[in-house]
Amino acid sequence: MTSTTKVEERTLDSLLRLDRLPHIWCPGCGIGPAVGCFIRAVEDSGLNPDKIALVSGIGCTGRVAGYVKLDSFHTTHGRALPFATGLNLGNPDLNVVVFSGDGDLLAIGGNHLIHAARRNMDMTIICLNNFNYGMTGGQMGPTTPLDARSNTSPYGNIEYPFNVPYLVAASGATYVARWTVLHARQLEWSIAEAMIKPGFSFIEVLGPCPTLYGRMNKQPKGMDTMHHYQEKSVVKNGADPKDVGITAEGPIVVGKFVDIERPTFWEQCKLVIDRAQAKKNE
Amino acid sequence: MLGSKAGTQILDGNHAAAVGAKLSRVQVIAAYPITPQSPVTEKLSEYVEGGNLKAEYVAVESEHSALAVCSSASLVGARTFTASSSHGLAYMHEMLHWVAGTRLPVILACVNRAIGAPWNVLNDQQDSISQRDTGWIQIYARTNQEILDSVIQAYKIAETVYVPVMVCYDGYILSHTEMPVDVPSPRDVDSFLPPYKPHTILDPANPRNYNLVTLANPRVNAEGVLCHGYMEIRYLLQEALQNAGETIASVGREFGGLFGRSYASMLWEYSLDDAEIVIVAMGSLAMEAIVAADTLRDEGHRVGVLGLRVFRPFPKSDVVTALKKARLVVVFDKNISYGSEGATCSEIKSALYGSGANAVIRNFVVGLGGRDIKARELAGAVNKSLPALKEGVLNDEYPEWICHI
Repeated sequence: MTSTTKVEERTLDSLLRLDRLPHIWCPGCGIGPAVGCFIRAVEDSGLNPDKIALVSGIGCTGRVAGYVKLDSFHTTHGRALPFATGLNLGNPDLNVVVFSGDGDLLAIGGNHLIHAARRNMDMTIICLNNFNYGMTGGQMGPTTPLDARSNTSPYGNIEYPFNVPYLVAASGATYVARWTVLHARQLEWSIAEAMIKPGFSFIEVLGPCPTLYGRMNKQPKGMDTMHHYQEKSVVKNGADPKDVGITAEGPIVVGKFVDIERPTFWEQCKLVIDRAQAKKNE
Repeated sequence: MLGSKAGTQILDGNHAAAVGAKLSRVQVIAAYPITPQSPVTEKLSEYVEGGNLKAEYVAVESEHSALAVCSSASLVGARTFTASSSHGLAYMHEMLHWVAGTRLPVILACVNRAIGAPWNVLNDQQDSISQRDTGWIQIYARTNQEILDSVIQAYKIAETVYVPVMVCYDGYILSHTEMPVDVPSPRDVDSFLPPYKPHTILDPANPRNYNLVTLANPRVNAEGVLCHGYMEIRYLLQEALQNAGETIASVGREFGGLFGRSYASMLWEYSLDDAEIVIVAMGSLAMEAIVAADTLRDEGHRVGVLGLRVFRPFPKSDVVTALKKARLVVVFDKNISYGSEGATCSEIKSALYGSGANAVIRNFVVGLGGRDIKARELAGAVNKSLPALKEGVLNDEYPEWICHI
């Protein structure tokens, strides 16, 4: 007798704006799978979608805001975090998620990133890192690995990239994880966990960009990059963020690196208001 | 390498701008990618890293930093180049003022693109027009040849009058469209454009302070010399732009003598000799207007085209001369000064005031956010304006829009 495995059917339709599909992402792009993980994470988290606001900056990942059936905001280049900060402080009941790319969050928006982490703003950042500026045609940025090729480093990148988890952890983030889109389950759970946890949660998601970065770095198909993730990824929960920097050849350390408690900006606000009020009533 | 050989080549506008910068032997390039400018920076980084252009290429983290790098590189004596579009140019706004105020001959290629919100990556001229009052010279190209030629001339102009120059060209219409372009030989360009000799330079042997807090009134410095106040320094920038027209024309004339393409005028004129109706436009739209003028001539109207090559400094007296005989002037703007009218229309009206010209002026806002604008629509707008000529109503309070509202 043959046994049949029942595949759990989970449709993503409920939280996608189907009228906006098909999306603009290339075949083999990592953004779609990351969005899938995010939507399943929203379901897993049990959070009310009406209380979730999603903010994106500019670039390929910036387009996420247009495809999700949530209150969403497609903002200017690099400014997703200040917009998200405004949403969060204007309505602290909102669960604010920033879904944007490495170029947006770490280059032109790098200053906002470290300061939002420092203040411990209550929000979840999903940073899709494909190692280059995809939307404008594959130029190098602050995450492009040393020696990797791009349209503005055709003979190899001479700049050292950010170790992103180390940067955000040092800036004050209370939750820091990294996964690739190959680690779909872990990524989904991690996003759900991060959304439930108060404070500044940051998840770096590595995703293929076969059209540009991959093509220029011997991974012309999305699957090539997925195989690279499969071969090079090492799960090390609790790894010291300073040891998880990425090089073109790997290894890629993934896992949850930071999960600590610290008062959020809003909690600090309430504290100072209470203190001022108490003084007034003395 | 493609783009560096002399002779006729098929180049898109971005490639032409990159070749122009390369032939100008730029020494420092700093840029941040933005659609539709990105291919300019890719070409230049390829030249630099391939060893075909002796320059430093800095892949900065934002447009603001790009112009900051160019500013300081220029201050230590390097010839610098950057390029941007739309939001990138808007993000540079602070530094645009800074570079002009410091009187640095930085050249910026602006690939004209609409500004959000809502998001749009297609062409209009709202981005560079929004930077009108930053103290930069603005030159608009109609073809890819003019892009290349204007970049080379821009260095000579900027390094003569010490005012930065923005070379503007329409996104996609020129930036991504290939045309035959006559590429001059590096030797000929060298004879036209000598190496940059800075008028002032940061030098450890002769330390100076730049851009200190400057009070409104003139003030005596530590050596007892009376120095300009803020307002005098601003006056000098205005004076430099007021006088820049002569340099722009003489550089254009010299360029024409060497390369056979004259840029001696700040305007482009087409069939103006007997024209009683004149279409005014800037950038690639001025080429489209020629087609419209020909169509209208076939219908029996005497129509000419006035193309604005230089928008800052605005060539007031040249415009007055060119429009002396016009009875109807139809100005097309790919920009809008909200609450008023198209920016070039305001300039035309301002130039004609008190000149004795009595032309009827009509303004149409067209082509925003990449809305296609056809020659027959330009001709249609002229036809629609003809009754105004009979009625003699010189001016409309607000422009008409060629759109679906």
